Amino acid sequence: MRTAARPLRWLRRHLVVIAGLGTLAYLLLPNVIVTVFSFNKPAGRFNYEWRRFSTDAWTHPCDVAGLCGSLSLSLWIALWATVGATVLGTLAAFALARHRFRGRGGASGLFFLPMAMPEVVMAASMATLFLNTGVAFGFWTILIAHITFCLSFVVTAVKARVASMDPRLEQAAQDLYATPLQTFLRVTLPIAAPGIAAGALLSFALSFDDFVITNFNAGSTVTFPMYVWGAAQRGTPVQINVVGTAMFAVAVLCVLAGQLAGRRKNRRRGSRRS
Amino acid sequence: MTTVTPDTVQDVTPARRGRRVPHWLLLPGILWLLVFFVAPLVYQASTSVQTGSLEDGFRVTWHFATYWDALSTYWPQFLRSIGYATAATVLCLLLGYPLAYLIAFRAGRWRTLLMVLVIAPFFTSFLIRTLAWKTILSDGGPVVGALDSLHVLGLTDALGVTEGHRLLATPLAVVCGLTYNFLPFMILPLYTSLERIDGRLHEAAGDLYAGPLTTFRRVTFPLSMPGVVAGTLLTFIPAAGDYINAELLGSPDQKMIGNVVQSQFLRVLDYPTAAALSFLLMAVILALVTVYLRRAGTEDVV
Repeated sequence: MRTAARPLRWLRRHLVVIAGLGTLAYLLLPNVIVTVFSFNKPAGRFNYEWRRFSTDAWTHPCDVAGLCGSLSLSLWIALWATVGATVLGTLAAFALARHRFRGRGGASGLFFLPMAMPEVVMAASMATLFLNTGVAFGFWTILIAHITFCLSFVVTAVKARVASMDPRLEQAAQDLYATPLQTFLRVTLPIAAPGIAAGALLSFALSFDDFVITNFNAGSTVTFPMYVWGAAQRGTPVQINVVGTAMFAVAVLCVLAGQLAGRRKNRRRGSRRS
Repeated sequence: MTTVTPDTVQDVTPARRGRRVPHWLLLPGILWLLVFFVAPLVYQASTSVQTGSLEDGFRVTWHFATYWDALSTYWPQFLRSIGYATAATVLCLLLGYPLAYLIAFRAGRWRTLLMVLVIAPFFTSFLIRTLAWKTILSDGGPVVGALDSLHVLGLTDALGVTEGHRLLATPLAVVCGLTYNFLPFMILPLYTSLERIDGRLHEAAGDLYAGPLTTFRRVTFPLSMPGVVAGTLLTFIPAAGDYINAELLGSPDQKMIGNVVQSQFLRVLDYPTAAALSFLLMAVILALVTVYLRRAGTEDVV
C-alpha cells in the first residue's frame, strides 16, 4: 500500500506541471514534425512518410517552382499591411484611449467588430464588394483585405498600452515647458512604443500567415499560404517544411532577443515595475 | 495644435486640448472600415436577397427564400460546426488552463521561455502545422498504433467519433486540429487574468484551512472568469467558422459551414447562397454568444 501511495502523492502534487507540460507538448508536436520532415527525402509527391535523412531541401530551398516567389510576395504584402494597419490603428487607438467624445463607444465597437467575426464571413463580404465594384483581384485587393483585418489588432494592442499610461507624465512634461509636440515625441510616443510594436508584429504575423481572407480576395495571385494550400492537393515539397522550420527558429530567436534586451534595459534603469 | 491654457494643464487628462483632435485621429481608420468593412457587409446583405445566374447577372428581388433554402439544405453542417466548435472550446479550456496556471504561478524563471514556446508556433504557417497533423495521425503511424493496441480506437469507434480504427478523416481528427489551432487564443487571455491574481489571496485561503482544490474552486477559478469568458469566445467564434481543419483533416462527412460558404462562393459561384449562409452563421454565433454572456454574467469582456 505504502509503495503505491508515494508515486500517487507525487503525481497529485505535480499534476498541474505535468498537465501543463503535456499541453505544451501538444502545441509543439507539429513543429517538431515539421522540423524532422524538413530533413526527409520523400518517395512520392507527398512528404507525409519518413524515408531517409537528407539535407537537399535546406541547401536548395528555391528549387521548387513558385515557392520562393510566393514567399517574397507574402513578405512584401505583410510589410505594407503592417505599415498601413499600424498607422491607421495607432491614430485611432490614441483617439479612443485618450479622449472622451460623443460616439466613442460606437467607434470603439466598429474597430472591435472585424476581430469578432468569423474569417470566412469577412472574406466573402470583401470579395463581394470587389466583385460588385469590378475591382480586379490581385496584389491590391489582398493588401486592402489584410490592412482591414489587421487594423483591429493594432487598435486593441495600442489602446491597452496607452490606456494604462499615467497622464501625469505628460502633465509633468508640460509643466517643464515642453511644447505639445515635444511632449508627444519625447514622452507619449516612447511610452506607447511597446504597444505599437506589439501591434505591428502581430499584424505582420497575421498578414503573412493569412489564408482564408487571401483565398477569397487573391484571384490568381499566389501568396505563401496559398502555395501551401495548393501543395496540400498537388504534392507537398520538402521545402515547405524548411520554410516552416526557419520561420519558427527566427521567431523564437527574435522573441528571446527582445526579452533579453528588455530585461537588460530594465536592469540598467534599476526600476522594476511590479 | 492649440495653445495650452492653464486649466487644461490641471486637468487629469491633458489631451483634452482641441475638441476636434480625436475626430481627426479617428477619421482615416473609420473611413477605411466604412469602405472596406461596412460597405462589404452591405453588399453581402444585398447579394443575399438577389436571384439570377452568373451568365444573366444577379438582381435584387428580395428573395428571402434563399435563407430558408440554405438553412434547410445545410442544417447538418450548421449543427456540426456548432458541435465541433463547442467540443474544441471545451478541450481548449481543459488543456489550456493547466498550462496558463503553470506559467502564471509555478514557472518562476522559466516563465519567459514557456510564454515564447506558447506564442512561437504562431509564426510557423498554420497550414504547414495543420498538414503536420496528417503525418501524426496517419493510418500506419505510431499514434494510431498505440491507441489501437490500447483498444482506445475500438472505444472511440463505438462512440462514433472515429471510424474503422483510423484517426484521419474522422470527427476526432477535425476536433483535434481545431483544438490545436485555437489553443493559444485560450491560453493567452487565461494567463493574463491568472497573472493579475494577487498571490496573497492563495495564502489567505490556505490560512483559512482551504485545501488546494477548495482554493482553486472558490478563489482562483472565479477570479479567472474574465479570462475564461474571453478565451472561450476567442476560441469558439473562429472555430465555428473554420474550414481549414475540416478540409485537411476530415472527409466530406466532416464538412463544416465554413466549407459550404467557401465552396458556394469560390467553386459553385452561387453568391446569394454564400451570402445568406454567412449571415446565418453570424446570426447563430451572435445568438449563442449573447446567451453565453448572459449566463457567464461578466459585464466587461470587450
